[in-house]
Formats: sequence, C-alpha cells, structure tokens
Amino acid sequence: MTVHVPTSLDEAVQLLVANPTARLLSGGTDTMVEVNFNRTKPEAVIALRRIPSLREYSIGPDGIVIGAGVPYASMETGPLAQALPALAAAARTVGSPQIRAAGTLGGNLGTCSPAGDGLPVLSALNASINLRSPRGTRTVPFAEFMTGVKRNSRATDEIIESVSVAPTTGFQDYAKVGVRNAMVISVASVCFVHDRNTSSVRVALGAVGPTIIRAREAEDWLAGRVDASKQLPPDGALATEFARLVASAARPIDDHRSTAAYRRHAIEVLARRLYLRSTT
Amino acid sequence: MTDTTSFYELTVNGSHREVRDSWIGESLLYVLRERLGLMGSKGACEQGECGSCTVLLDGDAVCSCLVLSASAVGSNIVTVEGLAPNGEPSDVQRAFVDHGAVQCGFCTPGLIVAVHHLLEHNPDPSMIEVKEALSGNICRCTGYGRIFAAVETVVAVRKGAGS
Ligand SMILES: Cc1cc2nc3c(=O)[nH]c(=O)nc-3n(C[C@H](O)[C@H](O)[C@H](O)COP(=O)(O)OP(=O)(O)OC[C@H]3O[C@@H](n4cnc5c(N)ncnc54)[C@H](O)[C@@H]3O)c2cc1C
Ligand code: FES
Ligand code: FES
Repeated sequence: MTVHVPTSLDEAVQLLVANPTARLLSGGTDTMVEVNFNRTKPEAVIALRRIPSLREYSIGPDGIVIGAGVPYASMETGPLAQALPALAAAARTVGSPQIRAAGTLGGNLGTCSPAGDGLPVLSALNASINLRSPRGTRTVPFAEFMTGVKRNSRATDEIIESVSVAPTTGFQDYAKVGVRNAMVISVASVCFVHDRNTSSVRVALGAVGPTIIRAREAEDWLAGRVDASKQLPPDGALATEFARLVASAARPIDDHRSTAAYRRHAIEVLARRLYLRSTT
Repeated sequence: MTDTTSFYELTVNGSHREVRDSWIGESLLYVLRERLGLMGSKGACEQGECGSCTVLLDGDAVCSCLVLSASAVGSNIVTVEGLAPNGEPSDVQRAFVDHGAVQCGFCTPGLIVAVHHLLEHNPDPSMIEVKEALSGNICRCTGYGRIFAAVETVVAVRKGAGS
C-alpha cells in the first residue's frame, strides 16, 4: 500500500490515472472503519485533505458551490448554514462533533448509503455533482448520480470536486429519526424544500429505499393545491394528506435498525411536521 | 507532493517524530500508541463511536482512529500529552480529579482533549452546548454528572481569573 498526499486537484487527478485502483480518502470516517477492521486493504490511497480548493465553498447570486472536502462542521453554523438551512440541519445530525469535524459531503457521496444524511438534502435541493477527471469536468444531477445502495455513477477516474446548488428562497429543513440524539445512523429522514423562486415544494426521503427517493406524486399534488410562490397555508388537513402521499413514496425494508412499517410511519410524521413548520 | 511509503514524519505536540517500519495503513491512534509511545490516547472501538482517541488535528478535535496516519504528514497534531507539557496537570485535568470525574479513566484523555477544544472556542458554554460538544465521548462509569460539574468549575475559575 502506498499513500499519496497531493496538494492540488490536478495532481490528485494525475495520481488517480497512474493508480487506477487507488482509494480516495477525504475525512476517513467511512474508509478508516473498513481499514481498521480489515474489510479493505487498498493498494494505494490518495488522501485529499491537503487540497485547499476542495475545502472551500462559495455563495453567490448564481448559486452555492460546496467543495467535496468541506467538513460538516462548516455547514452547521455560519454563511453556509444561513444559505442552506436544510443542509445545516442535516449536518448537525451526523455522528458526533468529532465525526463532523472530519466527515465531508464528498465522502457521503462516495459511500452513497441510502442513510447518508447529506444525500436527501442534495436531492431536494436539485443539486449537481461536479466530477473532475483528465477529460475535464462533468456535471451530473444528484438524481443521476446515486444509482443504488452504495452505488453511484462516478467513473473510476473521476474525483468528486464539489456540489452546486441553485439559490432558493423559502423554508427548508431536514428531519431524521434514530434511536437517540447523537451518533446515530438514520432510520428514516425527510428533507423539505419550499422554493418560492420556482414555485415548488420538493421532498426527498432517506433510509427508506435503495436510493434517495423524491416524493414526486406528493410534490405534484401539492403544486396543484397551493400557490408555492407564497408562504404555504397552515392547513392541517392539507398537511395530513400531503404527508400520506409522501409516505406512500417510501420503499422501506425491515432490517437490524428498524422495520418497514415503522419507517413509513416515521416518514409520514416527519413530512407533516416539516410542512406545518414551513407555514409558521 | 509527498509520496509516503514506509517512512514519514509527523508533527506531534510541536515535535517532529519519525515513523519507521510501520504498515502504511495504520491509524494515527495506532501510530501514536504503538510507534511513538504516546499512550495517552485510548483505543476502545476503532470506529469513531467512543471518542477515547480524540486528538487535535490542525486544531480540530477528531477521532485519531479514523485518521490514516500517513495522511497526517504536514498537519499539526496535539495529543492529551501535549496539553500538559510540563508534567503539571492542566486546569481541566485538575478539575476532573477534584470532581471525581475520573473513575476507570479510560474515557478521560479523550474527554480532556474535547473539553480543552470546547473552551478554547467557546469560553462560556451553556450546559446544552457542553453536552453537545461532549456527545462524541462515551463514559461508561460516571454518568456524566461529575464531568459536567468539572467543566462548569473550569469555566467559572477561568472567568474569575480573567476579570
Ligand atoms: C461514528 C460514526 C458516525 C457516523 N454517523 C453518520 C451519520 O449520522 N450520518 C451520515 O450520513 N454518516 C455518518 N457516518 C458516516 C460518514 O461519517 C459519512 O458518510 C461521511 O460523510 C463520510 O465522509 P468522509 O469524508 O469521512 O469519507 P471517507 O471515508 O474519506 O470516504 C468515503 C468514501 O467516499 C470516497 N470519496 C471521498 N472523497 C471523495 C471524492 N472527493 N471523490 C470521490 N470519492 C470520494 C472514498 O473513496 C470512500 O469510498 C458516520 C461514521 C462514523 C464512523
Ligand atoms: S477508538 Fe476512536 S472513537 Fe473509539
Ligand atoms: S471513567 Fe470509566 S469510562 Fe469514563
């Protein structure tokens, strides 16, 4: 095994060409667990944490770009949290302060677990993933990036450089159910984005299917009933029906963390809660 | 660029330390303890769950079990040993002892690092902020009450000293 510690993205891209089987390493919070328990023994590692450009973000009128190496801790408070409250809410639920100081969106996308807390947010924000390779930069919508449980459409010579999000105006939030408050992998989660700019409400579900699920039917149903260019009406019956439709989009399974029935119920409760929260 | 194979250098508690003849996939926790003889950081889970291995990496409190040691070249690493460099306990360590916040002691070094890190960034935390900041450090013995009392004492004493 060799370990490379490049200091620029170009250098990292070249190293990946020279070592096509190398494992990319950002915060290490997924990869090192595998290494420590001998579940993986990569021939080569390309550590990305000393590449400054990956750890930067920008917030502008045309959108927000978040480097793949920005840790969750930087999303919890400050300008990113103000620009993307749903991402901040999701970041606060990840692991523990130690995990959030190290873990990154690039790693969440690299692992692509359906329970990854960053992913429903990227889905509901219609984020794009920017991938860098010797062929240049390729931009993929999140919906086309995540293809299954721990599967994505990244080519082997591509490095996730950043994610881009168009500016939104309106309420957005993320809610997650787990067995306790800290250090918990999601049992079910919902990201709710009300975007007045595009008069739309977008809802994405985590941990209840092989990929992040968008509740398109519920989104369309709501669009036919409310004027989403304004604040949504505080209508309990509307919220209940909307939440029921959101839950019907879930494709949960029974596993060691929970049951399908509980997960679907949790999605309904969270969807209703987020809808009503958006109206206050 | 640094290609790191079997020899590399780390900066630990302000000193350059050579790491030789190690397997390159070792975690920083393992290297600190087994290669550099710094036994302060503890290893319990090696999967980021317990916080007993907490160190400062370029000023961030992280789990050293999840840091690939060879990728930490060029970073500034501070372990619990580096917080009390002259052999005298720090105010945080002293308060832990005074409050009986140390029982078996296994979680203590990680907690000490986490508390130092918290108070450096937030000198007057609310109790909820203390609990949140220490939520990545698991203690099986104390029930946390004595740990929180120790933190409160340090906050009060530092405030008194500053005024
Ligand atoms: C104790 C603990 C608690 C956790 N709790 C949560 C939680 O609550 N919610 C949650 O979502 N996750 C959780 N995780 C999982 C993990 O922290 C997240 O998935 C995190 O986002 C991973 O980021 P990383 O930078 O540490 O990834 P790494 O381990 O560095 O990488 C993960 C994967 O992504 C690939 N990769 C990394 N960067 C790139 C890149 N730039 N381009 C291409 N591929 C890349 C790597 O090759 C690897 O396959 C937890 C982990 C631990 C150990
Ligand atoms: S040994 Fe690192 S967190 Fe438990
Ligand atoms: S004192 Fe024993 S684990 Fe904390």
